Amino acid sequence: MNTTRLSLSGITCAGCVSRVETALNNVEGVVSASVNLAERTASVEGDVRPDELISAVVGAGYEAAVLRGLDDESEKEAAEMAHYRRLLRKALIGAVVGVPLFVFGMAGLLPELDNTAGRIFWLITGLATLGVLVYSGGHFFTGAFKSARNHNANMDTLIALGTGTAWLFSMVIVAWPEWVPVSAQHAYFEAAAIIIALINFGAALEMRARGKTSEAIKRLIGLQPKTARVIRDGTEMDIAIEDVGLDETIRVRPGERIAVDGVIIEGHSTVDESMLTGEPVPVQKQQGDEVVAGTINKLGSFLFQARRIGKDTVLSQIIEMVRAAQSSKPAIGRLADKVASVFVPTVMIVAVVTFLAWFNFGPAEQGVTLAVVTAMTVLIIACPCALGLATPISIMVGVGKAAEFGILIRNGDALQQTGRLDTIILDKTGTVTEGAPSVTEIIPAGDWSEEQILQWSASAEQGSEHPLAEAIVIAANDRQISLLETERFAAVAGRGVEATVDGKEVLLGNQQLMRERNIDISSIVDAATALTHKAQTPMFVAVAGNAAGIISVADAIKEDSKEAIRRLYDLGLRVVLLTGDNEATAKAVARQVGIDQVFADVLPKDKAEMVASLQQQGQLVGMVGDGINDAPALARADVGFAIGTGTDVAIESADVTLMGGSLHGVSDTIRISRMTVRNIKQNLFGAFIYNTLGIPVAAGVLFPFIGILLNPMIAGGAMAMSSLTVVSNANRLRFLKARS
Amino acid sequence: MNIVLVNLAGIAVIVIIVWWFWMSQPTAQRARTDVIDILVEGGTYTPPRIEVEAGKQVTLRFLRKDASPCAEKVVFDKLGINADLAMGESTDIVVTPPEPGEYIFTCQMQMYRGSLVARREAGTPS
Repeated sequence: MNTTRLSLSGITCAGCVSRVETALNNVEGVVSASVNLAERTASVEGDVRPDELISAVVGAGYEAAVLRGLDDESEKEAAEMAHYRRLLRKALIGAVVGVPLFVFGMAGLLPELDNTAGRIFWLITGLATLGVLVYSGGHFFTGAFKSARNHNANMDTLIALGTGTAWLFSMVIVAWPEWVPVSAQHAYFEAAAIIIALINFGAALEMRARGKTSEAIKRLIGLQPKTARVIRDGTEMDIAIEDVGLDETIRVRPGERIAVDGVIIEGHSTVDESMLTGEPVPVQKQQGDEVVAGTINKLGSFLFQARRIGKDTVLSQIIEMVRAAQSSKPAIGRLADKVASVFVPTVMIVAVVTFLAWFNFGPAEQGVTLAVVTAMTVLIIACPCALGLATPISIMVGVGKAAEFGILIRNGDALQQTGRLDTIILDKTGTVTEGAPSVTEIIPAGDWSEEQILQWSASAEQGSEHPLAEAIVIAANDRQISLLETERFAAVAGRGVEATVDGKEVLLGNQQLMRERNIDISSIVDAATALTHKAQTPMFVAVAGNAAGIISVADAIKEDSKEAIRRLYDLGLRVVLLTGDNEATAKAVARQVGIDQVFADVLPKDKAEMVASLQQQGQLVGMVGDGINDAPALARADVGFAIGTGTDVAIESADVTLMGGSLHGVSDTIRISRMTVRNIKQNLFGAFIYNTLGIPVAAGVLFPFIGILLNPMIAGGAMAMSSLTVVSNANRLRFLKARS
Repeated sequence: MNIVLVNLAGIAVIVIIVWWFWMSQPTAQRARTDVIDILVEGGTYTPPRIEVEAGKQVTLRFLRKDASPCAEKVVFDKLGINADLAMGESTDIVVTPPEPGEYIFTCQMQMYRGSLVARREAGTPS
């Protein structure tokens, strides 16, 4: 069921509300409709086309338009850009006042406070600085005030207290210089202005850097086309994607992006699904095949019927899932959260203690000034943001990066766990292998060619529905072999089939069938035995009483399984093959892909127990399966990987969904996980070290020993850069490459 | 004398910080409807503390007027909710606090803080 939001105009009273609601509720397919008078919006639930809703509202005498979702990235970007510019402007104003004061002050060119001219100069400077505090720093002060009113303290509190103290103290010195000794008569207006400038500048840079962290989700949203070409009452028209209804027919032309999910009803083409599955090879699509929103049609043209629209499309669900995962936090970040939540008041207390310590024990002639400056520096240098940002920002980039590789990670915990796995259990069928039998080898006898063997056997099997027969017919189709006419077809129980094709007797089956019909297979029987050892099912083919060759069918191993499994071993994991098949087949497959441990003859219901038994041995177990019959085992495992193919993803079932069919996704996920967790640790370490070292140094603990005191402006710079550093470090994850 | 006064003032400030930020809570606003408007502005959620009934579904309608990137997400850690707040728009978050207790909601960095206080309905046995 979909929710459509409409913006309404013309409604002014409760009466209007009920009229619009009645009109909407009368539209067929609407389950519920409610109007919000304050917002002038309507929210309608049900599978119904937006244009029908609009005409219902218009029919009731009002006007309506579809409210676009929050995904309008361009609007969001424009707003962000405006905010960015505003921050830069604020930084500039602060710098214009602060930098000359700083430079001339350092050069000793500013007047003293012991004469009237000097005091007037400083008074004007004080007022200019106040202007900076109000214009460039006003938001810190209002933020600080509002949160304080709510019994809360945040970054704004620290900045406002720090710069506010600097200004107030300097004004006191200007107004009553006699209150402090001459040697301590120093105004800190430039510090206040420059700190405000630096923090605004840092925030602007951080915003820029943060925008990059969400690139992955923006790219996903960007996959969604804005319009679709629908056919209504025989006419083709381009309409907004929000107005596409269920079951509508949509035309897709060459090179176009598919608008919603659906099923092809006419035409065929190849479709590039790489943006969803990470698989580079375009997929053949014909009538009856599913297509999904966001993928690109290559050369052909086709019509399809919309089956999933709006929030229900695979793309929308992926976006939703990536979003949710990006904002979830793994256990590793919880400590930082705890610290962050009590951080600001703690820093305020440290600042007061610092003040008192300097006031009581500092050098007598500079006591008050040093006390104020150190307390102010403590307030300014402390940066809870870096601490709070350390985890989520890396998760955001890591999860986004994974999505680019066609890997959907459910949440931060799954991301963190994946890197720590030490055992990977691979389900055989559909995970290591293709999951459906296919012709793997054709061995001709005598003068026969592979094509001839395939042609005769496929012709004989074309009426059969047995999976092995199907594999043979598909192989013939793939090689574009035309089939011959079949007159008679009969299954020989436990042996194979016999058919009359093009007037000739064709036999297809096992050794027993050939023996019973006195066919000489002596030249090929060894080859058949060898195939059996490779976990294949060889079938002898005889035409008109003579052996033609062998067609061997097997659930083929995926092309890249062997390489992917080698990568798992390279990552230091224990790999186990799990299957319901018999031991011989399982071992043959394991041998071919290089797995040394096999659990065969395992019933689906026992798979979860196998996982549990490994866990009891103290292993952290990852289970890879196709997400349907492996569901209990996937759920039981510390991390469950569902292998899906873009169109029928079992998004709900696993911690990690590999949209492409390749096992490489498992080692890719593990690599991304390990890199992300390392990144988080770097960030947390950096943020903790920064604060635990920065605050004591700012408080002046080094002063008694080596005479060093931190300049508050340097503290401001360090603070502004600390969260930028965290964001930039997380951004490094964007350059992660798969399969290296 | 001055020294004593300054020290006393300093200690008083510390006591005030501890009391105001840690010991006391903002007054809770009791939810009168199923939809509660929360304004995100100037680094705060207003109202910061909302009283609701445990086990009952409420819609929290966050209106974001704060352009700072800090305001772009709201996280209910205990309830497993993470939501994006679009600038200048209102975002509905439907929550059902399962049992009585305090459910803190914060920005990603824990700097913006608010709380949902779930109480047992009057008259129901505890």
